[in-house]
Amino acid sequence: MTIKEAEKQIIQEFSVYDDWLDKYNFLVEMGKSLPMIDPEYQTDTYLISGCQSKVWLYARLSDGKVIFTADSDAIITKGIISLLIRVFSGQAPDDILHADLTFIDQIGLKENLSPNRSNGLVSMIKQMKLYAQVFKMKQG
Amino acid sequence: MFLSFPIDRVRADFPILHQQVYKRPLVYFDNAASTQKPVQVIDAIRRYYEQDNCNIHRGVHYLSVKATEAFEETRKEIREFINARDTREIIFTKGTTESLNLVASSFGKRYIRPGDEVIATIMEHHSNFVPWQQMCLECGATLRVAGIDDRGMLNVGELFGMISEKTRMITLTHVSNVLGTINPVKEIIAEAHKHGIPVLIDGAQGISHLPVDVQDMDCDFYCFSGHKMYGPMGIGVLYGKEKCLEELPPYQMGGEMIKEVYVDHTTFNELPFKFEAGTPNVEGVAGLRAALHYLNELGMDNIMDYEASLLKYATEKLAGIEGVRFYGTSDWKASLISFLIGKIHPYDVGMIIDKMGIAVRTGHHCAMPLMDYLHIPGTVRASFAFYNTMEEIDWMALAVAKAKKMLE
Repeated sequence: MTIKEAEKQIIQEFSVYDDWLDKYNFLVEMGKSLPMIDPEYQTDTYLISGCQSKVWLYARLSDGKVIFTADSDAIITKGIISLLIRVFSGQAPDDILHADLTFIDQIGLKENLSPNRSNGLVSMIKQMKLYAQVFKMKQG
Repeated sequence: MFLSFPIDRVRADFPILHQQVYKRPLVYFDNAASTQKPVQVIDAIRRYYEQDNCNIHRGVHYLSVKATEAFEETRKEIREFINARDTREIIFTKGTTESLNLVASSFGKRYIRPGDEVIATIMEHHSNFVPWQQMCLECGATLRVAGIDDRGMLNVGELFGMISEKTRMITLTHVSNVLGTINPVKEIIAEAHKHGIPVLIDGAQGISHLPVDVQDMDCDFYCFSGHKMYGPMGIGVLYGKEKCLEELPPYQMGGEMIKEVYVDHTTFNELPFKFEAGTPNVEGVAGLRAALHYLNELGMDNIMDYEASLLKYATEKLAGIEGVRFYGTSDWKASLISFLIGKIHPYDVGMIIDKMGIAVRTGHHCAMPLMDYLHIPGTVRASFAFYNTMEEIDWMALAVAKAKKMLE
């Protein structure tokens, strides 16, 4: 599945909810089901510090694809992380680097990415792309 | 008594409150961050630019004289509002932060030497913490920090125990922006003065909730912001006893603060102008004046009574939700509540109740040393103003219960 296809799938899933409450309920459930990051990576080295919620992100390269795992101390942040991981994990570094994510805006959760939310998500996307950049360089 | 508080008339004065967010009536409980402005303040600013705008002081023409008079009249009204002895003791600043930086910087230059100590408390806002911390680091001095008890009340005994011949200044908040605790400032000031130590009071959270009498309190400095007392942003006040201010060197250099300038040296203006370099925020002062009139008309005692009833009601309502823990349960509290629910992150609670139209603040509230002390990432803080209602509190309690159900 390409990044675009994964985005499309998420948009479809969210399209059944027109009420904010259902949308956030769905997000919270996804947050709860997100596999936890391996405790060895839940350290300051892998911490992306927002002003309010914390995000831990780890990535490795496997068969030319970037595998992401992440966690957060806030469940809504975690829900959004799970979406970002669905979209980016298992993709090639170059595809991640060139992706222009639109799904968060389209499912009506754009406010979560506004800088004043201070939840570390904007930094998380930057960090995911940075990992992709590093892996791309390593691949030569 | 609060029963006769003119809540409907008051609410009608605040245009911003009459809007819907996410299709719900806005409930604004973020007043400790900034209060909303009555139409009287908004009109005063508009009127200033329509009729009076001009650079003040020194101008000989009609508008300049008129604008200067209004500006200086406001200084007198602020003097009355906090019962300062003299208008020379009222310095206009950008806000509490600038007032605090001014004192920390000028006081440090004049008085602090290596080995000296400044005493603060663990409940200080970063604004009354970092300027002192950094000044102490620069001067080779030590910032000592008094702690709090289980109810969020200052350990006054601990603070008194820190006083020594090395102590040069005690700086503390009147009201904690996280815990709501009203500190026994008068008692602390009296003890400090026995040792000849000046005391600064950060009044950012005190000024809008309590009648402030700086002569009765006997503080040496008192700082506050216009925007937390229903006035505009970007204007604030530093009160300092005349003898204290006289001895401090200027903070910023520029126009207005000088007396005579020569190629090789400068003599400085008198108080209060010595500390008011550059063109001041005349618009802000005009708005602040209208805010003062508004508060005076309502009466600080009436405001205090009404807000106490809001606090009591909100505390009872939230206490009815299982798992809610309060941070700050002093008997002497301003109208704000910090809380957490079970293991739920404050950010999540804030996000969910925002969708129900309720504006609260979540996070560390610019008090990271306090969060570390309490071993929490932050709190949810609902802070009330005199335009809030019991019905709004009912709605918040419902929203918090709903958020809890979703997030647990």
